[in-house]
Amino acid sequence: MGSSINTIRDLTEQDYKWGFVTAIEDERIPRGLNEEIIRLISAKKREPEFMLEWRLRAYRYWASLEKAQAEPKWANVHYSPIDYQNIIYYSAPKQKPGLKSLDELDPEIRRTYEKLGIPLAEQQRLAGVAVDAVFDSVSVATTFKDKLAELGIIFCSFSEAVEKYPELVKKYLGTVVPHTDNFFAALNAAVFSDGSFAYIPKGVRCPMELSTYFRINAAETGQFERTLIVADEGSYVSYLEGCTAPIRDENQLHAAVVELVALDNAQIKYSTVQNWYPGDKQGRGGIYNFVTKRGKCAGVNSKISWTQVETGSAITWKYPGCILQGDNSVGEFYSVALTNNYQQADTGTKMIHMGKNTRSTIVSKGISAGHGQNSYRGMVKILKGAVGARNYTQCDSLLIGDQCGAHTFPYIEVKNASAHMEHEASTSKIGEDQLFYLQQRGLKLEDAVSMIVNGFCKQVFRELPMEFAVEAQKLLGVSLEGSVG
Amino acid sequence: MDLLEIRNLHAEVGGNEILKGIDLTVHPGEVHSIMGPNGSGKSTLAQVLARRESYQVTAGEILFDGKDLLSMKPEEAACEGMFMAFQYPIEIPGIGNAHFLRSALNAMRKYRGLDELDAIDFLPLFREKLKLLDMDERFMNRSLNEGFSGGEKKRNEILQMAILEPKLAILDETDSGLDIDALRIVAQGVNAMRSPNRAMIVVTHYQRLLNYIIPDFVHVLVDGRIVRSGGAELALELEEKGYGWIETEARQTAPASA
Ligand SMILES: Nc1ncnc2c1ncn2[C@@H]1O[C@H](COP(=O)(O)OP(=O)(O)OP(=O)(O)O)[C@@H](O)[C@H]1O
Ligand SMILES: [Mg+2]
Repeated sequence: MGSSINTIRDLTEQDYKWGFVTAIEDERIPRGLNEEIIRLISAKKREPEFMLEWRLRAYRYWASLEKAQAEPKWANVHYSPIDYQNIIYYSAPKQKPGLKSLDELDPEIRRTYEKLGIPLAEQQRLAGVAVDAVFDSVSVATTFKDKLAELGIIFCSFSEAVEKYPELVKKYLGTVVPHTDNFFAALNAAVFSDGSFAYIPKGVRCPMELSTYFRINAAETGQFERTLIVADEGSYVSYLEGCTAPIRDENQLHAAVVELVALDNAQIKYSTVQNWYPGDKQGRGGIYNFVTKRGKCAGVNSKISWTQVETGSAITWKYPGCILQGDNSVGEFYSVALTNNYQQADTGTKMIHMGKNTRSTIVSKGISAGHGQNSYRGMVKILKGAVGARNYTQCDSLLIGDQCGAHTFPYIEVKNASAHMEHEASTSKIGEDQLFYLQQRGLKLEDAVSMIVNGFCKQVFRELPMEFAVEAQKLLGVSLEGSVG
Repeated sequence: MDLLEIRNLHAEVGGNEILKGIDLTVHPGEVHSIMGPNGSGKSTLAQVLARRESYQVTAGEILFDGKDLLSMKPEEAACEGMFMAFQYPIEIPGIGNAHFLRSALNAMRKYRGLDELDAIDFLPLFREKLKLLDMDERFMNRSLNEGFSGGEKKRNEILQMAILEPKLAILDETDSGLDIDALRIVAQGVNAMRSPNRAMIVVTHYQRLLNYIIPDFVHVLVDGRIVRSGGAELALELEEKGYGWIETEARQTAPASA
């Protein structure tokens, strides 16, 4: 696209501004993975026996897969083999046990979250958002817990849930994503260290956004968190997830699992702004973001809606999906995935229609710049009993420059003839004529690019909670800076 | 002082020389009309003035309000007060018309050291201009030009001009695609913007627009050169006789090297 694009390259290249490291003493276990390590993690967390058993089962399954073929090979991503014995599976900041209030939190950690724009101290909390802050392997703070408890809402770290609500955990853990689901789900089940847990009781509409902010700090570690959200009959919750990590030359593995359960007439809205360190301009370093997220619309008229904005990570591999079991249940997936420099993303969704009159909507917006590779991979399965199921899929790709790639892999399986399916796809390039038009109206080149990209993503952004939408737009601008070529 | 001073402008696109030595001076308050056969270089001249980079200037110079226009980027030229209403306005999905225009206006205000307008200050201005062009309020939030009819796009260009208030506006065939009523309304909108501090260059093929917007000067562009200039009456003469006679004359007087 000639000289106008070269000017983009010349623009001040803004670095990943969340890339700092917090100097803090941490406690870590020896490198590597074996049954001893699993026992050690479980012991550190003072878990009940059922959890240890569950982990060990998962570990043995994982070890058998590892021997056979390790990671699944079907994704359209490329990386050197991961040495699972060279990872530290548990690292936690040292802190005084038994914090009575959040204000006792290590000031270094508190400052870290403040720098990230997530103040945890009582006085400056984000209004209307309850935050669970996960730092490396453990949850370090959860805000607004008491206020939520008044409504019977449980929002706490996963560890605390295992300790205080073992029955709930036992009942739902692994019911949506069993450890046998895939290689990384098995690994996560074996070694997961913490995460968030939320339970919304019958008929309660959660009055504030629940959110988890994941921060990787320690080097050479992996992060394996697990989130479980259960919305009981007739309840509603909106949940947000954000994440960042320091700049490092080595790749770090993040293999999370998220399970959502919506019972009769319940609704869960799950939003992610994923901003892990993406690696440098040459593709060195960055997070391997290999996660499994799935929701089960277990009850009638239930609804689960995923919205994701994926701008970070060296490699993203995730397919937040819905199992539409209850009659009339609804699954939604709205996604923006941006790959710049040498980032790779293979992301999409799985919609499994089981119940009658189940409906799903998929809107995927892939943006590729630099040498980025972006694949949409989506599966829509209509099972035999899913009478009157409907799916609408829209899948758009935007290319910036001519060294990047966009790919689409739709899988459709229909076992009930009454299903109604609609699929639309498009690929476009930001044109020199569009940029010139905006520049002629006084906008700088980078603002013009950003405006076109934001317009392209609008359908997804409007699904995000207000303050997140603004963040996401800014993030997209920053992620594109100095990139187009 | 001259608002625009073009001297011996040569420009090429895709390796072909299109403009072959243009001289033109425009003073504030004037309306110039440029006419000429298809492919003669009218839009090319407009794009060069708007600083489109794929149009390469190979010789000559341009002063815009005393400044060297050719050293400016498109957005700088725009912020200095250069506006072009596109012959073929571009569609940009997902960008609300009002949001876009406020961003554009604020980019210019910022450039000039003025405070930016928030949505609340901007709205009355936007409404007033919509009214001036007899446009429906639904054009406020529709995506920029997306799905607009040909005539609506042209009207939207003039709406943008009315809000951005340029020093020099180049209207590239704004009349094409407009129905009879729209032509009158748009022309009235343009006339409302005529002022002693603003100049306009109106590119058109037809006298009917010039019945409403009466130019001070008419120039005829043939094969990359202005071959004849005159007053408003020249347009009438062209309407009657076509371009043939001028082309013949031009061939006789053009330098042999062309
Ligand atoms: N990008 C381009 N690449 C190659 N040739 C071009 C390009 N743009 C314009 N031209 C050529 O330059 C010449 C002048 O085009 P221009 O658009 O300036 O004509 P015009 O006078 O505006 O014509 P019209 O009255 O049809 O709008 C034409 O021959 C056209 O084909
Ligand atoms: Mg033209």
